[in-house]
Amino acid sequence: MNVFRNGVGKAQGLLNKMIGVLALQGDYERHSHILDLLQLQSMEIRYPDELGMIHGLVIPGGESTTMTDLMDRNGFYKPIRKFAKDHPILGTCAGLIMMATSVPNSRVEPLGILNIEVDRNAYGRQVHSFTDQLPVRLDGRETQVSSTFIRAPKITRIEAGIEVICEYKGNPVAVKQGLHMGLSFHPELDNVTLFHDFIFNKQLDNKLSPKFHAA
Amino acid sequence: MAEKGSFDIKVGLAEMLKGGVIMDVMNDEQAKIAEDAGAVAVMALERIPALIREEGGIARASDPEMIRAIQSAVSLPVMAKVRIGHFAEAQILEAMEVDFVDESEVLTPADEHNHIWKHDYKVPFVCGCRNLGEALRRIGEGATMIRTKGEAGSGNIVEAVRHMRQVQSDMKKLTVMDQDELMAVAKEMGAPFELVEQVAKLGKLPVPNFAAGGIATPADASLMMQLGAETVFVGSGIFMSDDPAPRAKAIVNAVTYYKDPKKLAEISSGLQSAMKGLDMSEIPEGERLQERGW
Repeated sequence: MNVFRNGVGKAQGLLNKMIGVLALQGDYERHSHILDLLQLQSMEIRYPDELGMIHGLVIPGGESTTMTDLMDRNGFYKPIRKFAKDHPILGTCAGLIMMATSVPNSRVEPLGILNIEVDRNAYGRQVHSFTDQLPVRLDGRETQVSSTFIRAPKITRIEAGIEVICEYKGNPVAVKQGLHMGLSFHPELDNVTLFHDFIFNKQLDNKLSPKFHAA
Repeated sequence: MAEKGSFDIKVGLAEMLKGGVIMDVMNDEQAKIAEDAGAVAVMALERIPALIREEGGIARASDPEMIRAIQSAVSLPVMAKVRIGHFAEAQILEAMEVDFVDESEVLTPADEHNHIWKHDYKVPFVCGCRNLGEALRRIGEGATMIRTKGEAGSGNIVEAVRHMRQVQSDMKKLTVMDQDELMAVAKEMGAPFELVEQVAKLGKLPVPNFAAGGIATPADASLMMQLGAETVFVGSGIFMSDDPAPRAKAIVNAVTYYKDPKKLAEISSGLQSAMKGLDMSEIPEGERLQERGW
């Protein structure tokens, strides 16, 4: 179990802040590792009522059709949408797809948290997966980060309220809206802590979000 | 410049498949059933292992046309098998942009000494193993995902359990050894020293470790996950059963909730008969697929 994996004393900022990683399917362990590097307490989320124990959520990479299926069968849609109203969510790859408003594939039912349309696997099959350096505009400065795209989704439409914080070859690949952030790529595969740090340390500590209760 | 096909990028896709179920399918219709049931990937092959066992003959890589039909039927990663050592079959699958190649003992081996040198490919490879030495030899050749061999097409979990327990226990032993013991172990296992050293430090394989060979029920999937698998392959277990679609869905859910027996009881309820399966004594030693690979 990952509950209190760092011990209560080590948490930074908000007292007893707990970050959840949706652990239905995908590379959730890599995200837990990034949160470990940031000395943030984290727990894996497999049941909707566990959302009541956390202050922020990561939706990891994986297969969005599988996640749709598992979220639907296990009653996650309503509780995550409610959670998103006043808690930050960070999604990478399949997580980004799940957070979108529109996905042109009948097997995927997105949550509608980010006002974007996303096309799955638009960067091609695995032999076209790649790593590159990207400039990210966050927290008032530009930072170069290493980014890995695995059968990556493309953000094909951006609507009101979306801030693009990174582009690759003219396409948006990282977006922010309110408390939330979605990435086409996988910072968790390159041990990049920038995004998790911004969302779950800087931004969340400023907000001092009240604890959420799923019930 | 963007980098493609590196070892890390290939491991990256294996990471995305974790906590999921990879299903063997023989045509686009089965592929759609698998996708609807929540599979994370499909393995395209002309005959599932149980049929290969039944029908005999040489088992080769699948017809490209059949693989293409599956690629266009589903949005999931599509995997396909090649014969051990048959690098020309692998080159063809890479040219077809298959997402993962399984250099598999389920097909008839093409080379009885050498496996494919997998570092040369942009497409990632998965290989089977029965113990840590075999796993590390395959990783040394460039495999970015390891699976237990089990006994494919048997519907019997006993061999997958044996192989997973063996790998886990081999790894545990390494973690308590002194540095000066590792070279002798590497020699004994027939494994590259650098990888032996890495496992001794990490306590786990440097690439994802999945289970395969004999998984037929949600409980089988839970068992393998509890023994240390990070994902399961289900081959004959789905389409040789009386109820492929509900069984596939149940196994998908069982992999997510593998630690929750109450939920597993619910998930396992109401399914029809699992595949009949074979006791190991019914498979003569010369016909065991797990013996293939060197």
